[in-house]
Parts: sequence; structure tokens; C-alpha cells
Amino acid sequence: MRAIAEGLFTDETPPRLIGGRNRETGRIVFPCPEGADFEPHPLRREGTLWSYTVQRYRPKSPPYAGPEAFAPWAVAYVELAGETIVEARLTNVALDEIRIGMPLELTQIVLDPEAAEPVLTHAFQPTGGAA
Amino acid sequence: MSDVCIVGIGIHPFGRTDGLSGLEQGVFAVRQALGDAGIDWPAIQFAYGGSDAAGNPDTMVDRLGLTGIQFINVRNGCAAGGSSLASASMAIQSGQFDLGLAVGFDKHPRGAFNALPSEYNLPDWYGEAGYMITTQFFAAKITRYMHEHGISQTTLGRVAEKAFRNGSQAPHAWRREPVDLQTILDAPLVSDPYTKFMFCSPAEGGVALILASEKKARELGKPLIRLKAAAMRTRPPGSFEVFAPSIDVERGGSATNIASADAFRLAGIGPEDIAVAQLQDTEAGAEIMHLAENGFCRDGEQEAWLAEGRTEIGGALPVNTDGGCLACGEPIGASGLRQVYENVVQLRGDGAGRQVPGDPKTAYSHVYGAPGVSAVTILER
Repeated sequence: MRAIAEGLFTDETPPRLIGGRNRETGRIVFPCPEGADFEPHPLRREGTLWSYTVQRYRPKSPPYAGPEAFAPWAVAYVELAGETIVEARLTNVALDEIRIGMPLELTQIVLDPEAAEPVLTHAFQPTGGAA
Repeated sequence: MSDVCIVGIGIHPFGRTDGLSGLEQGVFAVRQALGDAGIDWPAIQFAYGGSDAAGNPDTMVDRLGLTGIQFINVRNGCAAGGSSLASASMAIQSGQFDLGLAVGFDKHPRGAFNALPSEYNLPDWYGEAGYMITTQFFAAKITRYMHEHGISQTTLGRVAEKAFRNGSQAPHAWRREPVDLQTILDAPLVSDPYTKFMFCSPAEGGVALILASEKKARELGKPLIRLKAAAMRTRPPGSFEVFAPSIDVERGGSATNIASADAFRLAGIGPEDIAVAQLQDTEAGAEIMHLAENGFCRDGEQEAWLAEGRTEIGGALPVNTDGGCLACGEPIGASGLRQVYENVVQLRGDGAGRQVPGDPKTAYSHVYGAPGVSAVTILER
């Protein structure tokens, strides 16, 4: 299955997110911006939860391309130590068990399994995977 | 340098007005402001106008009169009103003009704002995956802030409760019914920890302010409400903004910090000198965080401030005396000017049921917008 966009994941198994490292300042961002100022920089797979919320209504389409049927999901900012704090879905965790500081690892989820051409997008889950 | 004064104010009530375009609501506000200043449209020498979703403001000359004036459109998100005021103030201070208009209006579709990634220099996948949602950012920002500074969800509820109570006393507000704290806290969550009463809604409305040089203001015989500072600023490194796929590990300040500090410097006073404040409260936690970002308290002190009622109409620092965005809704182009309108009402002593006691002499307004813009004004009487 293809990723939601080119240039987000490395080809490794398991994949890493590709951030961008500013060639002058060393500042790391995600995703890697176009242009010459940033070079691709694979991000560490493990981090800790910096903040989060729960999306409790279906976003408008466009631009949202998720399933018509809606169930609330968690959105987090995940701190990758010394690199950047990346925004990502949370998966494999109950909404009432999410805590700031909890250890997380990168995974991928299918944005809309019912789509004609389903795509993978980035998410984090509690370290060690599903309970 | 002589001061710039606000000599006329007008507002079209916020909320939903079926059958009236955003521009017509702006025209309504301009005519009210002209009446308030005691002048006719041909006396206006220049205008700055803001609208995010309701058309080009300069087209209102068609309704107001084709006098050939300079009319510049401003598009600066939530900071549009502040940008218009800052620009109008400079136009008068330059000596080129001595009587002008800052106007803002808007009319948004119902439901959450529907932003597209390309408008914010973001890749399409960011919207497709469901991140192009302002409420996610606001909720994640307050969740972190509550964790770091010991703010409770009850305190968020108190902000909303105060907003609706104040809004019930403001004729231009949209939500005119008080809502009790428990109802606010028990309502359905929209984005945790915010319930539906803790977010403002996109709305409609129009506001017009007429500005004059001090000399002109004296000629018009109006009470001298002086615009001591109008600062519009953009973000510093390490800030946390709407629509951010990543944020820096090394945390920094905010656009609000910069705009606020500059406004206080320009006015030559400090936070302790302010008698009444209108702070951007697109959601309940924004008012909490903006109290600290604008220098009125230290991080974490808001928990006690709200419990003790310090931001109530009769408190030490009344905040959002007309119910703010929570009670008035947010027509983006008009929202920042509404705050200044309300401050003029308060400084004139015309607030009736929401009037701040003690004859306030100084008033502060603040907006924050995507992606990291802020505008602050300070008025003095």
C-alpha cells in the first residue's frame, strides 16, 4: 500500500519519518521542506507524548479524505528527543488512557480502508505496540 | 507627536443576520460611526478595511459615496482589525491625513472554519489526513499548558460562564443568555478538554471606527479617546501555531509576547496600569493563556484569578466585558475592531449593565491569529 504522500517515510522496515534538517542552523522540522535550505533527515522512531486532543467531529471534505463513517480519534504532538515535536494520530490506545509523557513509537495506519486506493499515514502508538 | 483619537464608533450586531451581506453590515457600522462622530461620509479622507470571507471592503464606496478616497483592503487573518488600526494610526501620524476610517466585517458559513493546506503553504496530505482543523491546535495548546501550569478544566468553564454572563449585557453580542458552569462542563466535548460552550463560532458582523488627529478631534468636540499604541507583530522562533505539522523542541515565545511588549513600550505604561482588557478568546483557554502572554499575570496564576473573580466586570482586571468571541462569535474581519469598539464604550462610561466601575481610563485589546500574528491596542482617555 502506498503512503499518503511521497517523501514522508524512509524505505526501511519499519520505516522512519523523514524530517528536514536546516543546513545552516541544524533546526529539524517535519515534513522536509522543498528547496535547498533543508536536507532530508530520518527522525527517531520513539518519542514521548508532549500534548494531545481528541477530534470528536468529522472534519470537512475537502480537504479531509478519511472515511465517511466517523469515530473520534486522538491527535498528538510527540516529542522526538533533540529533534522536533511532530504532530501525529495516536493509535492502539484508549482515549481515556492517553497521558502526557507516555512513551510512544511510530507506526502507520490506513487513512480510509474503504477507499478505492487506500493510503498509509503516520501515527504513534504506545511503545511495544497494541496491548 | 500628537495622539490619534477615536472619535466615532459603530457596530452591526454580531451573530447571524439572514438577508444582509457582510458588506452591508459593514456599511451599517460605518453609518453609525459617522453619526456618532457627527460627520458625513465626504469628510472621511482615507479608509482601511478588513474582510476575510465577505468580499473586498473597498467596494463599499459604492454604498457610502464615490468621493474618490484612498481605501486600502487589509487581509491579515484575525489580526486584520489591528492591522487596519495600526495603518490608520500611522497615516494620521504621518501628517498626510487627519480623519479616517478603520472598518471590518465578515460573514462566514456555519460550522468550523474550512481552511485549505495550500493557503498556509502546507502539503495536501496534511488536510487529507484531517489535521487542517483549528480546534485541534487550540485544544493541544491548552492541554500542554494545563499540564505545565496546573490549570483545571473548571477554570476553562469559568471563562465561558463569565463570557455568556457579560454577553447577556451587551446589545451587540450574539449569545445573550447566561449559561451556568455545570452546564458548560457537562456539555459534549468538541476537542478535549473543550466542550461545545468553550469554543466560539464563526459568525457575522461589522464594526467601524473613525480616527482623527488630536487637533481634528478637538474641533469635533468629542471626548478624547487616545489610541496610545497599535502594534501588529508576527511570530518569533519556537512558537506554537495553528496548522503546525511539527514544532521546535526548543520552545520560544509568541507573537502575542512581542506585540504586547511593543504596545506597552509605545504607550509608556505597563500591564498594572490597564483598567479593562479585551483578550482573544476564540476558546476559553485562549483567554487564560493570553492573560499571561500579555503580561497581566504569571503562568499558573489564572487558576486563582478565575476562582477569585478577578477578571469579572467588578474585578481587579475586567476581561472581555462584552463576552468576547465566546459570546459574540468570530467574524474574522470585524472581531479585532469589536474589542476596540467595546473599549471605547467602556472608556466613555456607556457600558450600562456591563460598565466597568471606577471610571476606567485605560483599555487594552489583543488578538491572535493564524499562523502566528498578533495585534494589540492601548487606549487612554
